[in-house]
Amino acid sequence: MTDFQSAALPAIATRGLAKHYRKRTALTDCTITVPEGRISALIGPNGAGKTTLLRLLAGLATPTAGEVAVLGATPGRDLALLAEIGFVAQEIPLYRRMSAEDHIRMGARLNPRWDGASVRQRLESLSIPLGQAVGTLSGGQQAQVALMLSLGKRPRLLLLDEPVAALDPLARRQFLATLAEAVAAGGLTAVLSSHLIADLERTCDHLILLAASRVQLCGDIDTLLAEHQVLVGPRKDTTAIERDHTLVHAVRTARQVTLLIRRKGPVIDPAFEAADVSLEELVLGYMGQDAPPAFAHLTSVGEDQ
Amino acid sequence: MISFRLDGRSVVPPYLQIVQQVRQALRMGVLDVGDKLPTVREVVGATAVNPNTVLKAYRDLEREGLVEPRAGHGTFVVGRPPGPPPGTHALLARSLGQWVRGAREAGLDDESIESLLRITLRAAAEEETA
Repeated sequence: MTDFQSAALPAIATRGLAKHYRKRTALTDCTITVPEGRISALIGPNGAGKTTLLRLLAGLATPTAGEVAVLGATPGRDLALLAEIGFVAQEIPLYRRMSAEDHIRMGARLNPRWDGASVRQRLESLSIPLGQAVGTLSGGQQAQVALMLSLGKRPRLLLLDEPVAALDPLARRQFLATLAEAVAAGGLTAVLSSHLIADLERTCDHLILLAASRVQLCGDIDTLLAEHQVLVGPRKDTTAIERDHTLVHAVRTARQVTLLIRRKGPVIDPAFEAADVSLEELVLGYMGQDAPPAFAHLTSVGEDQ
Repeated sequence: MISFRLDGRSVVPPYLQIVQQVRQALRMGVLDVGDKLPTVREVVGATAVNPNTVLKAYRDLEREGLVEPRAGHGTFVVGRPPGPPPGTHALLARSLGQWVRGAREAGLDDESIESLLRITLRAAAEEETA
């Protein structure tokens, strides 16, 4: 059986990465690691810096500060890296009047390791017409064409900016299945951005959470979930819990308090009922407006067990 | 060959849903020793679940001695989960059915029955560890 999690060099490693535009900070102090073979969900509200991070990784933007290594090379400087990265921008980058077949032939001229046969085969398996102008295809079909063309390049890293936002549930499922199958075939790491974790939850095993231009969380999803817990109990003094664990988010009503904590050990307070945290709760907890600024340092946690 | 149904809203993580569905299929006799599990790519193509999730599930099942990967051929069932033979389940289901009818007659709705069951299970677990 193939092992998709390689202990070798991570696919992506950044340290203190930052991008400032004239008056605006798009990304700051970004330190993340994405191991090879993962499908990483890049989650954050609009304007959190997702597109900026993807563009920095693809070498389409130059960092203001910090370091970035993609597949061991520096994006934008090592030109050989261009052949290894697939990037699908948010506005599906296709020539509307050209057919999928035209795109496949063009890909053959522009890419050193082009696999046009598998692109044709994948499109035919989904009954997507090869000869029709892509502008006349449905949104879901256009997204599939763009994904399959980017896979035809046989990249080792695929960066997808909000790929499923505009798709209906069935098209979304098919799109993610195509991507997951490509990763299952080996040698591919993917990063997909979205403002909704629910869109990507089952397909991703790694999370990068951005809010307000900063990394709030980065790591293996199962590990992150195991490290957090929701405590529900009567409204009382929570200093002891806040001392023993890291409080991420609290909702206090007149009688009850609901705490999202990052555990530093077992929770032994009989007044509280402890529950496992769902990925959505975790993400919302860290995106909470009243979340303390203490977790800027909580980057790159628990990469691999 | 079985196919997996993954419930995105379940609190049970997807890898555990796969493990549980294989165990359940073995208990019910839907899967037997010598049967082949779907390949990782087949599961991923049908469900859009992460490939590592399927691998993790299959590794767990392997660790339990239920399945075995054979290089180039796939993953095969080599054992059954420990526990009583399939007939036991049917027997217990009947007496549980009786109990549920009794609980309904006593005025409990499904929610209170489920909560009672959870509390009883937890109490029993605490008794065992005590």
